[in-house]
Amino acid sequence: MKADTKIAAASPQLPAVEKSPTGIAGLDEVTYGGLPKGRPTLLCGFAGCGKTIFGMTFLYNGAVDYDEPGVFIAFEERPEELIKNVGSLNYDIQKLITEKKLAVDHVHIDPNEIAESGDYDLEGLFIRLGFAIDNIGAKRVVIDTIETLFGGLSNELILRSELRRLFEWLKQKGVTAIITGERGESTLTRYGLEEYVADCVILLDNRVHDQLSTRRLRIVKYRGSAHGTNEYPFIIDEQGITVMPITSSGLAHDASIERVSSGIPDLDAMLEGQGYFRGSSILVSGMAGSGKSTVAAHFVDSMCASGRRCIYFAMEESQQQITRNMRSVGLDLQKWADKGLLKFSARRPNLFGLETHLAAMHRDVSDFDPAAVVVDPMSALMNAGVTTDVHSMVLRLVDFLKARGVTALFTNLGMGIADNTSTQMQISSLMDTWLLLSNRESNGEHNRQLYLLKSRGMAHSNQVREFILSAEGIKLRDAYVGPEGVLTGSARLAQEAKDKAASLVRAQDMERRSRELERRRREIAAQIEILQAQLASDTDEEALLSREGVAREDQLTADRVAMGTSRQVAATQNERAATTVGKPKT
Amino acid sequence: MIENDGYNLRLYVAGQTPRSVAALANLKKICEQHLAGRYEIEVVDLMKNPALAQRHQIVAIPTLIRQLPEPLKRIIGDLSNLEKVLVGLDIQPT
Repeated sequence: MKADTKIAAASPQLPAVEKSPTGIAGLDEVTYGGLPKGRPTLLCGFAGCGKTIFGMTFLYNGAVDYDEPGVFIAFEERPEELIKNVGSLNYDIQKLITEKKLAVDHVHIDPNEIAESGDYDLEGLFIRLGFAIDNIGAKRVVIDTIETLFGGLSNELILRSELRRLFEWLKQKGVTAIITGERGESTLTRYGLEEYVADCVILLDNRVHDQLSTRRLRIVKYRGSAHGTNEYPFIIDEQGITVMPITSSGLAHDASIERVSSGIPDLDAMLEGQGYFRGSSILVSGMAGSGKSTVAAHFVDSMCASGRRCIYFAMEESQQQITRNMRSVGLDLQKWADKGLLKFSARRPNLFGLETHLAAMHRDVSDFDPAAVVVDPMSALMNAGVTTDVHSMVLRLVDFLKARGVTALFTNLGMGIADNTSTQMQISSLMDTWLLLSNRESNGEHNRQLYLLKSRGMAHSNQVREFILSAEGIKLRDAYVGPEGVLTGSARLAQEAKDKAASLVRAQDMERRSRELERRRREIAAQIEILQAQLASDTDEEALLSREGVAREDQLTADRVAMGTSRQVAATQNERAATTVGKPKT
Repeated sequence: MIENDGYNLRLYVAGQTPRSVAALANLKKICEQHLAGRYEIEVVDLMKNPALAQRHQIVAIPTLIRQLPEPLKRIIGDLSNLEKVLVGLDIQPT
């Protein structure tokens, strides 16, 4: 009764229903604290969906973690079998039994051995249960498939009334009980146990799709308490049961502004020169052979080089294959693996269902605590489940990684941007950065191109770059963009050569023209000189002429003067005569 | 003959309920009629000794177990149906 204060605090809006934590990862979250305390819970499902394991886990966790001893009443398995079966989960039941923290009682009913004569009741079962509970002070009880009674005893009327009495009695005892029941055709349980156990009903399911099975859990009802209503996948493995709710329905991750290098300097340059955001999700998609794994390996290499840990989830290649292949581009991943900074986790996608993959990844990440993970390729997982399942799985994985601040790089085999399959679209929306690698075929060769389709939260480059895999790693070159489109590879080289030739011709042409101009300029200058010489000679001549003119004038004047002087007298006489002739008229 | 043919019967009850009392009375009557002198009845009250319920695999009350002769046989109920008791205990009516 001590543990409930903690649970009540976990769900302050519901103080009415006390809860008993199951200690099953995830289940206590979707039930907001656990199963109803002191009340029976019905756990139903088809054969092989994990009811017994579930019950045993409830008891084991109760005994080990919550100091609540438990009683397991097994109708189907003998205690030795049971102990052996759950031994695969690392549950040391025998030790708990010795420590009186757990009691296992096998109720064996063989209809061939039993004859019925007259009325009876199941007081014997009550006494056994009561004795076992009181003996170890049990707070928890699991009754594993009580419906076996219906096969062993024929008087259903008695059985039903006794079952009703049993559940009432369990409530009075104040034990938190799980009653398992086999699923019926159209009812939750074959014999309608849900009629008697009305407080909490949990349904387990094991569905097979494409030959891969996925276990799911759903809380059908939980009287007096809120609960998650979805179907939650769960897994059973050597570490027990893990239910996987979509943990961050609130989307409340911390968004880091810290950057981590992509390991490719040229790519960093496209991402504001700094690389990805820490804790972001990066999708690298492209066709086969477009260099996705190499981009991933560069990232891993740079993370490890800065002393941070990485996990490489390889879905298609083995560790040896990856390290060998990356050596060809100058990356030595083995070195990091040897130093313990890099962990390879290679699993075939169809080895098990999605949920198991997810859980395995969860565990690897929790154990290794990496700064970055690579899932290469994620598309391989799509073959391991339905699209919607893959989406929800990736969503949960991304959530989980973001919540831990782990930078995740997923590669995705796709046909590039033209391939808008729903899967790619759905997943790409979860990603913060989307790198698109493509292979362009032109002039009989394939050339790799890289381009940043999106990168949330930064001013990233919008340029298509040519992506070159060399022995020194990835190099990005500006793709040639000209009138003939984007050219890469030898087409780019050819175009560059063509350009060079053209520019040479242009240069020569220019030189020729400038020489011509120079020549003409000189010609004109020469002409100007000639004209100026002419002008000068003309001017001289003019001066000469005018000097000659003046001289001649002077000469004439002088001549005239001389002549006048010589004819002075005659002139005076003439003048006088003329004056006398005129005088008589006045 | 009695040694080989002897019936060792054990009746499990839970306190003195009417059903238990009836069962014991019915059993005694049957034994007197058909097994006179070659039977032994042991009554086990599980209320007094609850640990025995688990050890002897008792679920229903009352339960009658034929310990001897082999093989072990179980009859549950208040033994009011004579025929079923005889068949169950493998007794030839005399």
